[in-house]
Amino acid sequence: MVKKSVHEINRKIEDGSVNVVTAEEMVTIVEELGVEEAAKEVDVVTTGTFGAMCSSGLMLNLGHSEPPIKIQKIWFNNVEAYSGLAAVDAYLGAAQISDTRGIQYGGAHVIEDLLRGKEIDVHATSYGTDCYPRKVLDTIITLEDLNEAILLNPRNAYQKYAAATNSSKRILNTYMGELLPSFGNVTYSGAGVLSPLSNDPNYETVGTGTRIFMGGAQGYVIGNGTQHSPSSGFGTLMLKGNLKEMNPDYLRAASFTGYGATLYMGIGIPIPILNEKLAAATAVRDEDIVTTIQDYAVGSRDKPVIRKVNYAELRSGSVQINGKDVPTSSLSSFKNARTIANELKEWVKDGKFFVSMPVERLCAEGFAKPMKETQAVPLVKDVMSSFIVTIKRDQTVQDAAKKIWENSFNHLAVTSDTGELVGILTAWDISKAVAENCFDSVESVMTKKVLTCAPNEPVDLAARRLDRYGVSAMPVIDAHRQVLGIITSDNISKLLARRY
Amino acid sequence: MKIKITIPTDRIHNPIISESIVETGILINIMVANIDSTYGELIADVNDLKFDKIKNALESRGAIVSILDQPIHRDEEECINCGACISVCPMNVYSFDNSWSVLVDEKKCIQCGVCIKMCPHGALKLGE
Repeated sequence: MVKKSVHEINRKIEDGSVNVVTAEEMVTIVEELGVEEAAKEVDVVTTGTFGAMCSSGLMLNLGHSEPPIKIQKIWFNNVEAYSGLAAVDAYLGAAQISDTRGIQYGGAHVIEDLLRGKEIDVHATSYGTDCYPRKVLDTIITLEDLNEAILLNPRNAYQKYAAATNSSKRILNTYMGELLPSFGNVTYSGAGVLSPLSNDPNYETVGTGTRIFMGGAQGYVIGNGTQHSPSSGFGTLMLKGNLKEMNPDYLRAASFTGYGATLYMGIGIPIPILNEKLAAATAVRDEDIVTTIQDYAVGSRDKPVIRKVNYAELRSGSVQINGKDVPTSSLSSFKNARTIANELKEWVKDGKFFVSMPVERLCAEGFAKPMKETQAVPLVKDVMSSFIVTIKRDQTVQDAAKKIWENSFNHLAVTSDTGELVGILTAWDISKAVAENCFDSVESVMTKKVLTCAPNEPVDLAARRLDRYGVSAMPVIDAHRQVLGIITSDNISKLLARRY
Repeated sequence: MKIKITIPTDRIHNPIISESIVETGILINIMVANIDSTYGELIADVNDLKFDKIKNALESRGAIVSILDQPIHRDEEECINCGACISVCPMNVYSFDNSWSVLVDEKKCIQCGVCIKMCPHGALKLGE
C-alpha cells in the first residue's frame, strides 16, 4: 500500500527531489513498473487541455469616475457586458458578440485584446442618482487601468465531449465547426490522454480550492462547473484566475462561422499521486476514454447517437461510419495541451508551483437536467392544415388545374398509387406548363424534390426550413410518406398572431 | 502544377479555354471555376512540362495565366495547431506531423476556401 500526503509531496517540491511526469508519460511508466511501483516513484502527474470554452468571462472593476456613475449598461469595443452589480463592476461574457461587427468579434476578443495590452473603448450609460449623478461615460482603457481583471469561468475543462457529424444533405455551421454533408467529416474536442478530469475521474484531488495552471498563470478551481454531469462522465469545472498574470499563448479568442465567438483556454491540472488508485487513474489512455458521435442534422437537444468512439480512434485521423472511412478534425489543440502539461511539469520541478488538496470535493454523482419548460412548444401537427388536396401522379395537368380551382388551394400533394408522397404541384407549376405548352401528366410538371416535415417536429424547425429554402409550404408526412397535412407560412403567421 | 487562369471582361464571350485545349492538345483538369457574364477565374491542374505551351495559347487569346505558388497562407502566430482544417479539405492539404503541428502541403491546394471558413482562429487566407 502506497500512501503519500500532499505535504510530503510539497516538501519534495521544495527540496527539488520531486518526481513529476505528464499524463502521457505516466501511461508507459505504469505499463512498465506496474501500478504500485509507479505510485511509489511518481509524485505528481500533470495534465493539460487547450480548447474552446464558451462558458468563460471576465469580472472586472473600472474604478470610479469623476463625477461618479452607477453603470447600468456597458460596452467594451461595442461588446455588451453585464453591469447589474455595484457601480463600476462588470462581467464580460466570452460568447457575447459585438453590436457592430457581429460574430467576428466578441467578448473573447476583447479579453484577448486586453491581455495583449491593446486599448479598449468603453461606453457606459446610467439613469443617474444623487450619489452617482453621471449618466453617460466614454473612455479608453487598457488592462493596466483596471483594478481587477479576473477570469471567472463557469464551465471549463469538460472531462470529455461528444463528437459531431452530419447526416443531412447540406453543410452545417455549428459550434463543432463546419460539418460536411452525408457524414463528410467528424469533429471532436478534448485532450484525451491529457484531459485533466479524465485523469482523476473520481475527483479525489481536483475539487474546490485546487491550484491549477490557467491561461499561463496560477488559478484555482472554485467548484464544479455548470452542467456538471459526473454520472455520465461529463464532469466540468468552474475556474478563477487573474487575467493580468496570464499569457496570450494560452488564451485565444476564436469565431466559429455561422455560430459565434468563443474563448480558447489553456488549462493544466497537477494530480498528486497519493496512492495506487490515483496512479492507475492517471495511466488512462486515449482508447480508454469513450464518447459518442452525434448527428447534428437533428436540431434537437437530444441528438441521435451514430456510434460510440474512443479518443484513440478520433485522433487516428479517421473513423468508420456505415462502413466508410470518415476524416476527423480536432477543434482543440493537442500540441498546446502537451505544451501546457510540460510547462506545468517544469513549474513543479523548479519549485514554482505547489500541489494542493481540495477544500471540498466535487460532487461525483448526478446528471445535468434539461430545462423545465412551462409553455409547450407548438408542434407541426398543432398548426398544420389537415385538409390537403392530393392528386395521383398519372392524372392530367387539366385535372390538377381543376382541383386547384375547385378547392381554391394552391398546393397539390402528388401521390403514388399506394398513397406515398412523390411530388408537389402548385398553380405556378401549372402556369409554367401552360406557358411552355408542355403538359402531359402531373408527373412531368410537378416538383419532385419536395421539402417535407414530420408531425411531431417543433414549428420553429419547420419555420427555419421554409425560410432557408424560400418556400411557402411543406407537406407533413408520416414515416411511410403518407400525407397527413400541409404546413404553410400562413399557418405559422396565425400562430404568431395568437402568441402576441 | 496548379495554375490560375483569369479571363478579363472583354474576352469572356470567346471560348478561349476550349480553343487553347484544341490547339495545343494539352489536357487541363479544372478544379474550380467561377465564371459569369463579366469575369472568369479558374484553377486548373496541368502537367509541369506542358505549362509554357498552354500558357502561351491562353495568353495569346487574352487570358492571364499565373502559377499558384502559395495558394493558401497560414498565419503561424494565429494558428493554434488544432487541426480543424484537416477534415474539411477535399484535397488533403493539411495533416499532423509527429509533434501534432499542422503541416500544409500547399501544392495540393485548389483555393476552394472551405478551410478558411472552418478555421476558428482566422489563421488562413487565400494567397496569390
